[in-house]
Amino acid sequence: MTDLTRLTIAEARTKLAAKDITAVELTEAYIGAIEAANGALNAYVTVTPDKAREMARASDARIAAGKAGALEGIPLGIKDLFGTEGIHTQACSHILDGFKPRYESTVTQNLWNDGAVMLGKLNMDEFAMGSSNESSYYGPVINPWKAKGSNLDLVPGGSSGGSAAAVAAFLCAGATATDTGGSIRQPAAFTGTVGIKPTYGRCSRWGIVAFASSLDQAGPIARDVRDAAILLKSMASVDPKDTTSVDLPVPDYEASLGQSLKGMKIGIPKEYRVDGMPEEIETLWQQGIAWLKDAGAEIVDISLPHTKYALPAYYIVAPAEASSNLARYDGVRYGLRVDGKDIADMYEKTRAAGFGQEVKRRIMIGTYVLSAGYYDAYYLQAQKVRTLIKRDFELAFHAGVDAILTPATPSSAFGIADEDLASDPVKMYLNDIFTVTVNMAGLPGIAVPAGLDHKGLPLGLQLIGKPFEEETLFKTAHVIEQAAGKFSPAKWW
Amino acid sequence: MSVDLATVKRVARLARIAVSEEDAERMTGELNGILGFVEQLSEVNVDGVEPMTSVMPMEMKMRADVVTDGNKAEDIVANAPNEDRNFFLVPKVVE
Repeated sequence: MTDLTRLTIAEARTKLAAKDITAVELTEAYIGAIEAANGALNAYVTVTPDKAREMARASDARIAAGKAGALEGIPLGIKDLFGTEGIHTQACSHILDGFKPRYESTVTQNLWNDGAVMLGKLNMDEFAMGSSNESSYYGPVINPWKAKGSNLDLVPGGSSGGSAAAVAAFLCAGATATDTGGSIRQPAAFTGTVGIKPTYGRCSRWGIVAFASSLDQAGPIARDVRDAAILLKSMASVDPKDTTSVDLPVPDYEASLGQSLKGMKIGIPKEYRVDGMPEEIETLWQQGIAWLKDAGAEIVDISLPHTKYALPAYYIVAPAEASSNLARYDGVRYGLRVDGKDIADMYEKTRAAGFGQEVKRRIMIGTYVLSAGYYDAYYLQAQKVRTLIKRDFELAFHAGVDAILTPATPSSAFGIADEDLASDPVKMYLNDIFTVTVNMAGLPGIAVPAGLDHKGLPLGLQLIGKPFEEETLFKTAHVIEQAAGKFSPAKWW
Repeated sequence: MSVDLATVKRVARLARIAVSEEDAERMTGELNGILGFVEQLSEVNVDGVEPMTSVMPMEMKMRADVVTDGNKAEDIVANAPNEDRNFFLVPKVVE
């Protein structure tokens, strides 16, 4: 019998509709795969097999009744940042111990309304702060990819490391993820999967644990561009419960696949050629340019002069917002409480025990840059620089550029507990150098696998689009995918 | 700009995070590393530039001034570490 977990969402959809397979069979295949693999990969922090079976049976009933939704019977993994009613939701932090919300996030509710099946909650960096999934309270996720001839465990990237690893290792058909500075696109690039961060406001943030509210966006990680398009269509919505949810109809993203690139202008920003970038990344970028040119697109050189300031500005804006958002974890209303001699002592001990090192570091930076006397020098300056970063993109788009092509990451996946990175937080932050500009400007960005490096590890390219023009990204990424092919890790787990 | 040990302890106090002497010393180094990195922003000319307040140009949505939710006291306290009759319990704050 064929392994049902190898089916893409589009293929499973066809087989389910034709009644070649049942949703229960498909779900059982994934539950079996998770049981066999999760001990080695640590992608899931909670598996919900009973709920999955119940949802799959309901899907089969709806398929039989001719009432199938767009994702009917498709088993998905959900990042631990999304509130799921009655189910473990802890942002992979100790401070949310035991938290089971009495509500469902809008994005996950949209998926269930379309018939999707929940397999469980996926590992991530604590509160989505990290680029390696090593800050999780539940331990690191292991990348299903290994370098040729090496047994070294690699990181899957972060913060959506569990989502990316689970998709790459066939432990779910697709996954939800979130992206504040690159947390969808960097892990997608490290695992040979496709990840899209839509325009700020496209997916509702309601019910998702907040990190930096002006930057956070939900999006899917999937096996291919078509599956990402199918998932985003269901995840996105207009939501009165999120005032930043934008009142625009959700297009049929899948319909844009296969459309011609003729007449399109693709911008190549010279500022993304950074010092110390491996030659292979440059070669991959040139290959991507050649593929798009072959497909009929016009390639133009552009300049985004404030690019180098995006990461430092991000490390003021994001911690500032995080320090405010994470003030709610005080041991009173939910999660962990460590008793103290008075209420202030209880707050301090609870937060000292509940937050990990990276989260504390960011709360401290945020508190400092917002404190009296420093606000103008840091926060106000960063928000002005942010205006300039966005203006760079606006000028490029105004000059006729339809999308921008860049590398997704400055390297392929690195080792777990890399000493060089562990000793210097700023080095870890540099992972997001190509992705963070997109969050600062609120734009949509997609990471698509484009090849393997000399170690046999996946590398991705990033396409950046105009606000709410995700369709352009899907059709362009699809062209890259057609040219590059798809990449799967050799199974060792 | 850089921070010293006393500043780190003050910020930790503002952030309500208990830190040991050892934590504070380690954090001083880390925070100075990050502050050194963000220092380069000061070289950007921002004359006449408005600070960003909304990344997507949009008008704040208005809604009818009516009750849309409520009567969920049990749901609200369901995850509390310590509650009694729909109240959150905390250490005594008034003598």
